Amino acid sequence: MASNRIDERFAALRASGSRAFVAYLTAGDPTPDATPGLVMALERAGCDIIELGVPFSDPIADGPTIQQAFQRALESGTHMARVLEIIAEVRRCSRVPIVIFSYYNPVMRYGDQAFVADAAAAGADGLLLLDMPPEEAGGLIGECDRAGLRWVTLVAPTTPAERLPALVGRSSGFVYFVSREGVTGARESLSSGIAAGVARIREHTRAPVCVGFGISTEGQVREVAADADGVVVGSAIVGQIAAHGGASDLCERVEAFARPLAAAAHGGAVR
Amino acid sequence: MSATIDAAALPDARGYFGPYGGMYVPETLMAPLRQLAAEYARAKADPAFQRELADLMRDYTGRPTPLYFAEGLTRELGGARIYLKREDLLHTGAHKINNALGQALLARRMGKRRVIAETGAGQHGVATATVAAKFGFQCTIYMGEVDMDRQALNVARMRFLGAEVVPVTAGQRTLKEAVNEAMRDWVTRVRDTHYILGTAYGSHPYPAMVRDFHRVIGIEARAQILDKEGRLPNLVCACVGGGSNAIGIFSAFLDDPGVRLVGVEAGGRGIIPGQHASRFHGGSLGVLQGTRSFILQDEHGQILNTHSVSAGLDYAAVGPEHAYLRDSGRAEYTFATDDEAIDAFQRLAKIEGIIPALESAHAVAHAIKTAPSMTGNQILMINLSGRGDKDVQQAATFVGLT
Repeated sequence: MASNRIDERFAALRASGSRAFVAYLTAGDPTPDATPGLVMALERAGCDIIELGVPFSDPIADGPTIQQAFQRALESGTHMARVLEIIAEVRRCSRVPIVIFSYYNPVMRYGDQAFVADAAAAGADGLLLLDMPPEEAGGLIGECDRAGLRWVTLVAPTTPAERLPALVGRSSGFVYFVSREGVTGARESLSSGIAAGVARIREHTRAPVCVGFGISTEGQVREVAADADGVVVGSAIVGQIAAHGGASDLCERVEAFARPLAAAAHGGAVR
Repeated sequence: MSATIDAAALPDARGYFGPYGGMYVPETLMAPLRQLAAEYARAKADPAFQRELADLMRDYTGRPTPLYFAEGLTRELGGARIYLKREDLLHTGAHKINNALGQALLARRMGKRRVIAETGAGQHGVATATVAAKFGFQCTIYMGEVDMDRQALNVARMRFLGAEVVPVTAGQRTLKEAVNEAMRDWVTRVRDTHYILGTAYGSHPYPAMVRDFHRVIGIEARAQILDKEGRLPNLVCACVGGGSNAIGIFSAFLDDPGVRLVGVEAGGRGIIPGQHASRFHGGSLGVLQGTRSFILQDEHGQILNTHSVSAGLDYAAVGPEHAYLRDSGRAEYTFATDDEAIDAFQRLAKIEGIIPALESAHAVAHAIKTAPSMTGNQILMINLSGRGDKDVQQAATFVGLT
């Protein structure tokens, strides 16, 4: 496979002994015009990878925070083609790796082949679809491979051992370990078994393992970073956008919020 | 005439009916769904399971349901001989209990202590709350706020049966949003909870499993009409929301090419985006809530709002096996509007003394349109999937009685 910004970033992080900080935000929340600035703010804060959500009307794996962000994004006129424009705009001034995060239907409607080609051309680096297990994704994974997009596979606490080898074998870029049974959203406490879950995945792959779902504080990020190659924070960042979406200094606020989280993932290492 | 369908061979091992179906779910649900499929396959082949289900269907829910010759409606319409398959007489008032009972036995087999369900019209919620009471499960029902308002009687019934009814306030606040919430609950509590999905929709194995539990409707109806008339019906019609009652009655006639099978969707206020729930007349191929089928969506793949006077048909997607049957030509799909359904509701009440559910009234509406053009020796069978007590207030408001 040709090199890719996600792979390059993990290689650099490994060389410096650091972990990845992966930040999620919904494209088009609060408006499509605001999204490139927010991506840049997160990059300035030290984010290594951006998961960029494409809104879908019926997000069955998401909790209220991201549901509402999707709703705001849809109301502001966001759709797949617009999100690809946003990515192209970011690419004009940034090399931050971008993973498109969504559900399958908006991709299917765009057309698998056209979507992968246009996403790669816009400058996306990977694809993560919450409702598409590899069993259904054969054709799409092939398209991504040919276009140089990474296919990010989710592993859950309920994933049985016998399913793991095939599952992580289909993953490229990184494996996303869903730290808890449930939907996305900030929680007060981390679920137990994260270290064991990550170790279980590592028996089957040398790809980086990132952990997400329910991680929102510096302490939680630091704790997860001890065991994983990367830590994903989503709803907590989206919550900042929900609270300050109309503020003229929204980007500064989001940057200030994300900076300590990124530092926690990096373990104080200077990059 | 259309080809016969080898129903026993469908779906395939991946849960597909031709290009429709599959398992489009978050990874967390893949293992539980596979476990469910495996347990269901074992139960299906287990004579003790089948015997217990048959005993309960007879003694607890009241099967077989009658096949009734609607003499008055036949005379009034002046065409085909009309028969009603009386699922409305079943315990809890609709066909939904067939599936709820089957899945409750499965949940007990799997050692689950809690069941959840979505509901639109409230009939599936009542059926689930009923079996939860009987088997001692904790029970949570998700229902859109709009539906809780228009089906208030069923909300009260569920609460008397011991279920917690959770209002869903997202989006359009109807059935689709209730399914979303039920899936979110299941993904969170999957280890102790079984999701009793109420229609022939969703990820494999639900479309096949729900069909199988309702297949008894068609098996009985086929035997009953042979007994009464000595021949098969010319046409069988049923309303289609997700499509469980229709697939239940259709599945017994698939190998009888002389029997036309007609599914009736909700035409709402007409086939205008957002004003109906007729997936085969305004929809396109997509993936929603676990399966690939016909859905109502916009050009960007966002799910459209729907409308029907009937909460149970007010849904943006249709079961994958119906999409397959339509492609194969074995079944046809049409729609009835709100006005036609309300008219059928009133006419069946006045002529036969039977108040149908507004969902079932859509099938009656199709019969009203079709029977006069059929001959007097032809037979039209309607699956009367539920009774209309729950809808009396809604219908009265619609026609201006209150």
